[in-house]
Amino acid sequence: MSLIEITEVRKSFGDNEVLKGIDLNVEPGEVIAIIGKSGSGKSTLLRCINGLETINAGSIQVAGAQLATDELHLKALRLKVGMIFQGFNLFPHKTAGQNVMLSQMVVKKTPKPEAEAMAKKMLDRVGLGHKFDAYPDELSGGQQQRVAIARALAMQPVALLCDEVTSALDPELVQEVLAVVKELAAEGMTLLMVTHEMRFARDVCSRVVFMHMGRVHEIGPPDEVFGDPKTPELRQFLGAQH
Amino acid sequence: MIEFTTWDILRNLLLAARWTVVLSLVAFTGGAIVGLAILFLRISKGKAARVFASGYIELFQGTPLLMQLFLSFFGLSLLGIEVPAWLAAGIALILWTASFLAEIWRGCVEAIPKGQWEASASLGMGRLQQMRHVILPQALKIAVPPTVGFSVQVVKGTSLTSIIGFTELAKAGQVIANATFAPFTVYGFVALIYFVLCFPLSKSSQFLERKLNVAHRNH
Repeated sequence: MSLIEITEVRKSFGDNEVLKGIDLNVEPGEVIAIIGKSGSGKSTLLRCINGLETINAGSIQVAGAQLATDELHLKALRLKVGMIFQGFNLFPHKTAGQNVMLSQMVVKKTPKPEAEAMAKKMLDRVGLGHKFDAYPDELSGGQQQRVAIARALAMQPVALLCDEVTSALDPELVQEVLAVVKELAAEGMTLLMVTHEMRFARDVCSRVVFMHMGRVHEIGPPDEVFGDPKTPELRQFLGAQH
Repeated sequence: MIEFTTWDILRNLLLAARWTVVLSLVAFTGGAIVGLAILFLRISKGKAARVFASGYIELFQGTPLLMQLFLSFFGLSLLGIEVPAWLAAGIALILWTASFLAEIWRGCVEAIPKGQWEASASLGMGRLQQMRHVILPQALKIAVPPTVGFSVQVVKGTSLTSIIGFTELAKAGQVIANATFAPFTVYGFVALIYFVLCFPLSKSSQFLERKLNVAHRNH
């Protein structure tokens, strides 16, 4: 059984079908890059996996937790899979440390001292142990995104969804976030990332998924997908990148 | 004819103003509690709850407070329930205040970026947990100035309860004006007392708006 099983998933917004039957299985420790033009459904797919979008057909399962619409099932699923957003979405009224502590205490009912120790550990892991008491607006975009990663990691998920995590960053801040993601990959974290960083996808990912018009158009190891694209759509997409 | 000194007039008006203050506090506190409940219904996921809440808000915002006072005073007694004027006034003002506060606060909750809901949801929080720990603390900051501003409307709204016989500032003004034949002096004082009550509220609303804006943390 795979860690993440996505079977025949369909999703429409009104009349517009954005996912037209997606099948994807992810093994533990895999790092998957999802690439494709905007509007190809890649972000929607990611958001379906942890239930931020409801699906119209098919099924999604992460480590035995099934996607369903009730709060209980959603919570079980979301404890397995964390998500990092393009816009960081840190809680602005809480410090970096409190951001990392909050869901541990509220959702997992972790006692405060333990949550605090975990927050310190996770902030250290992303290189921001010294920013424990800083508010999000006192941090750079790159630092905010790293806090967001620490916040997701503190819930000890089995997989992380990364939705264009560097797209909102100034160019000079991209690397510090990618370095953290790379480290996670090296430590064996299962990652699904929608990304425009092609070089990063090539270097770090075990498989690359090219989405086109709501379908998985091509899938394979990065060498194959980037080195020997089979379809004209992928060739065109890769050509347009440079 | 008995002579009334200015001090007599003012003293009696000030005594009656106590009831304006009490009624305002009751209306505002009760309205805040009911309003919070209506707010939760208004933004809940259940359709029935949302429809009920917006129906409530439409009803109480779309009818004059005066009619609401009449209905809670005369209407209930027609049904055989004798309500004293203070109770009818309190109930009507609480329900009326709640409808406005719920709508003001809904705007504040909706001003919180969607990403905050998504981030807290993806961390496994349930809806009430999201509200309590993430959304309301941020919404509160935006809500303070308009809420304090609206309290001015509540204070002035209490003057209508004089119609159903509740003796507060406006009613006392009527009585004293009739007794002294000095309506201009009396109502002048009445207006002045209302102003003294309301002015600090609207000033502090402006002050809070500036202060909270400075402290507002962006993301």
